[in-house]
Amino acid sequence: MSTENKKHPDDVETTGHSWDGIEEFNNPLPRWWLWTFYATIVWALLYTIAYPAWPLISQATPGLLGYSTRADVQEDIQRFEQMNAPVEAELVRTELTRIPEQPQLMNYAVNAGEAVFQTWCAQCHGSGGAGVQASGYPNLLDNAWLWGGTIDEIHYTVSHGIRNETDPDARYSQMPAFGQILEPKQIDQVVQYVRRLSGQKADAALADAGAEVFANNCAACHGENGTGDQTQGAPNLTDAIWLYGGDVPTLTETVTNARFGVMPAWQSRLSEADIRAVATYVHQLGGGQ
Amino acid sequence: MSILDKHKILEKNATLLLVFSFLVVTIGGIVEIAPLFYLENTIEKVKGMRPYSPLELTGRDIYVREGCYVCHSQMIRPMRDEVERYGHYSLAAESMYDHPFQWGSKRTGPDLARVGGRYSDAWHVDHLTDPQAVVPESVMPKYGFLKDRMIEPTHIEQRLKTDRMVGVPYTDEMIANAAADFEVQVDPFGDTEGLLQRYPGAQVRNFDGAPGISEMDALIAYLQMLGTLVDFSTFQPVASR
Repeated sequence: MSTENKKHPDDVETTGHSWDGIEEFNNPLPRWWLWTFYATIVWALLYTIAYPAWPLISQATPGLLGYSTRADVQEDIQRFEQMNAPVEAELVRTELTRIPEQPQLMNYAVNAGEAVFQTWCAQCHGSGGAGVQASGYPNLLDNAWLWGGTIDEIHYTVSHGIRNETDPDARYSQMPAFGQILEPKQIDQVVQYVRRLSGQKADAALADAGAEVFANNCAACHGENGTGDQTQGAPNLTDAIWLYGGDVPTLTETVTNARFGVMPAWQSRLSEADIRAVATYVHQLGGGQ
Repeated sequence: MSILDKHKILEKNATLLLVFSFLVVTIGGIVEIAPLFYLENTIEKVKGMRPYSPLELTGRDIYVREGCYVCHSQMIRPMRDEVERYGHYSLAAESMYDHPFQWGSKRTGPDLARVGGRYSDAWHVDHLTDPQAVVPESVMPKYGFLKDRMIEPTHIEQRLKTDRMVGVPYTDEMIANAAADFEVQVDPFGDTEGLLQRYPGAQVRNFDGAPGISEMDALIAYLQMLGTLVDFSTFQPVASR
């Protein structure tokens, strides 16, 4: 541009535009800004060379650094697995009943077990392990166990689950729906008998009659005295602990249609060390035997 | 005449500026979007994926209608913490029959990409009816009304045809049997051979435990299918993808 665009000899040039007599200095861009701008362009080009970027015919350029999200996450997982490998191997090797003897291993098992519990078990058994009262989600804090409360029994239950179709070794038992077997009157009687067994208020006449119904239909699994049988998951009916409820309508529903609570077989989703950890965690919650 | 002077032509003509701006954006779009349709690493074929069964598809429509995607994502990202919590990271192919996809961008609730088989049907009924009854700390609204809304496969054929128009490979046989497949999936005693042949791995049972086919049945059928179609015990990830 010519000097015509300068108002004073010392001024920088103007852009040459004029809007209603207002003119604009043509100051150069600040150098630091300009060089930063060029640097970002160079950076972007280098980045596309280093990382997967340019689409070609069958796949994008893989990049000189060979970065892959999948390899990255696999590596990350392996790194943590390797770090925990010695203690997990120890956990798998140690007999379940002897884990508490090793404080460090026990500490690892309980903490790892809690993480597993919060991720996979808490939705049904509650984040504190108290289950959901009267909804069929067992409380794991008390000492009433359907299938046994020793660490080995808990480990088996977690591994294989209960009444699922995915694991042939799952805990399995099925109470018949007595609505198709007993008369409604007999169901009323046995319900009153069970209420008396558990020390609740019961109609004496009905309960007396229910004793025979119980002996003929229920005692095979729940025991003559109604104390249950852990080998077949038959609940103890004499305590005040109810999975679905001990009131008359709930008991009638239970006897009439039976219950069919299920639990997944966790061995298909969790590692042996994880299962041992969560079994240890549950066992030490308070009810373990 | 330098290039900057030629640029003045664009700056002084609004229509020309618009046309050229559009051209620049188009080039950007072609470079970024078009390769996704042909690059091998974005269209990985995965064994086990199949179109949704009519009941699952209906459940999916209910999922979308109720806005479940607003709080739940369906994409497990390839990061260690996510893989440990939710299972194998999601593959693009697992969303291939989703129109629209349900990846989501926000998690108020957990990711649901692999929720199938994780809980029992009874748990889902309890949880959808009153989430706080089983998970006291949950902020999820109640969806118990789904149980009372009975559904019939009146428009299911057209629904499948619509998906076929956008590329889901429903066969003529699938469409012809849509209504029957819809009904038989909740009937454990029904003749499910055709259904299982057309939709391998479809789960057949009375999902909500109540008579009739309710929206609850359809939604639980969909949830129990999520993430179960690909067998990850045999899946070999290709590292370059």
